[in-house]
Amino acid sequence: MAVLVRLTGDIPLAEEAVQDAFAIALERWPAGGVPPSPGGWIISTARNRAIDRLRREQTRDQRHEEADRLLARDESIEDSAEDPTMLDDRLRLIFTCCHPALSLEAQVALTLRLLGGLTTAEIARAFLVPEATMAQRLVRAKGKIRDARIPYRVPESHDFDERLSGVLAVIYLVFNEGYAASAGESLMRDELCAEAIRLGRVLRSLLPEQSEVAGLLALMLLIQSRRAARIDADGALVPLGEQDRSRWERPLIEEGQTLVRECLRRNTPCPYQILAAINAVHADAAMTSDTDWRQILELYDQLMTFGASDVVRLNRAIAVAEVEGPAAALAIIDRLELDGYHLLHATRAEMLARLGLEAEAGREYERAIALTQNEVERAFLRGRLRRSTLA
Amino acid sequence: MPRYLLSVYQPDGPVPAPDILGAIMRDVGAVRDEMKAAGVWVFAAGLLPATSATVVRAKDGRMLTTDGPFVEGKEHIGGFTIVNVPDLDAALEWGRKVARATTLPIEVRPMQEGHA
Repeated sequence: MAVLVRLTGDIPLAEEAVQDAFAIALERWPAGGVPPSPGGWIISTARNRAIDRLRREQTRDQRHEEADRLLARDESIEDSAEDPTMLDDRLRLIFTCCHPALSLEAQVALTLRLLGGLTTAEIARAFLVPEATMAQRLVRAKGKIRDARIPYRVPESHDFDERLSGVLAVIYLVFNEGYAASAGESLMRDELCAEAIRLGRVLRSLLPEQSEVAGLLALMLLIQSRRAARIDADGALVPLGEQDRSRWERPLIEEGQTLVRECLRRNTPCPYQILAAINAVHADAAMTSDTDWRQILELYDQLMTFGASDVVRLNRAIAVAEVEGPAAALAIIDRLELDGYHLLHATRAEMLARLGLEAEAGREYERAIALTQNEVERAFLRGRLRRSTLA
Repeated sequence: MPRYLLSVYQPDGPVPAPDILGAIMRDVGAVRDEMKAAGVWVFAAGLLPATSATVVRAKDGRMLTTDGPFVEGKEHIGGFTIVNVPDLDAALEWGRKVARATTLPIEVRPMQEGHA
């Protein structure tokens, strides 16, 4: 797909041509056998179909020029499965899909559609919008790429860091939406997490020198390793401190920790790496009581140097509660301007409950419940509320 | 090469004090010179206030003329530049320079091709 987008410079045309090529393959391969390089066969067939399609639209001179341009490209695309051009194409496509001239939701949808393995229907389901809406969003985004001539290339060095941050933000958003679904009945949407990790791995293979990429992949792997332990047999949410740590997936932890160590060696800290390191500290603790909260607090302090948002301060307050006690944490929480953010109220309730202020804690849990859209999180908070009123 | 319209969106109301305006005009002039030197400049113009605009439209076979800009709002197009560049990234780069110089938001919009 990425190769065809480069050759044609037109995403809808490339999509149609690739679909054509697969349709031809379905007809021919069962009878004539699979060609020696199926990937290369698909690409060259799709290229020919693209040329045919361009020629058919004879009314426009410009289309003819494009067909000629395509024909003139005498590239050895037959043996392309893992060649460097193909990897470059994929990298270009990532940067095009995550171009800041597209809305964030369009960036996410395009990335999942063109780089991920998800269909329009699957993406629509994952983001709880009707399929027609998602299809429309994709059509509009591709139209803008074509009309505004959003370039299909890796950004130049003066732009690169900022554009890469944009790409990482899209991948992390996909992961987060999968991990903590903002609404709906189930807490996680696994296909989004899996897709985000897959994209993280692709990006890492394309940009092995970028520690920010390694940091994001490590962060996602370490969070994902706790997936099975995060939900109990009844589908209820289990908080980190109460999880059965034997159910954490060791291979994911090891892969994540290896990446964190690699980042530490490079010594170019960035927020994703630090968040990954915080999760690595949790992964190191065989039991909750073994958690090295001082180290976590130090990492949060380091994270704060990268522009501290109130959400970061709120998470840091949780570490402060473990090191200095709930009163110190509450003092931090009360200075935050996150009124209406359900996790602020849930965390505040937790601190009040630990201080024995049950009535106040109950009121905060109720606020958090009212502000939560996700059913599983809401059920968890109701459980906490009952516990604090019984105490 | 594709052309892009860079529109300056300007708040209605009094113009900035002469010394501030002077500095802005100097910076805008510098960007224009840079565009010309780079060979991307096609055309540019500043517009008089939106209160000086008039809208005409055909309705039921008759022409209707009304006072004021077409879109009511607090900001209107105050001027524009047309550049000839290879792609959106290049157009955005010039848009950023104009935004810095004018201290105002710039809308970057591709023009239809193949028509004079």
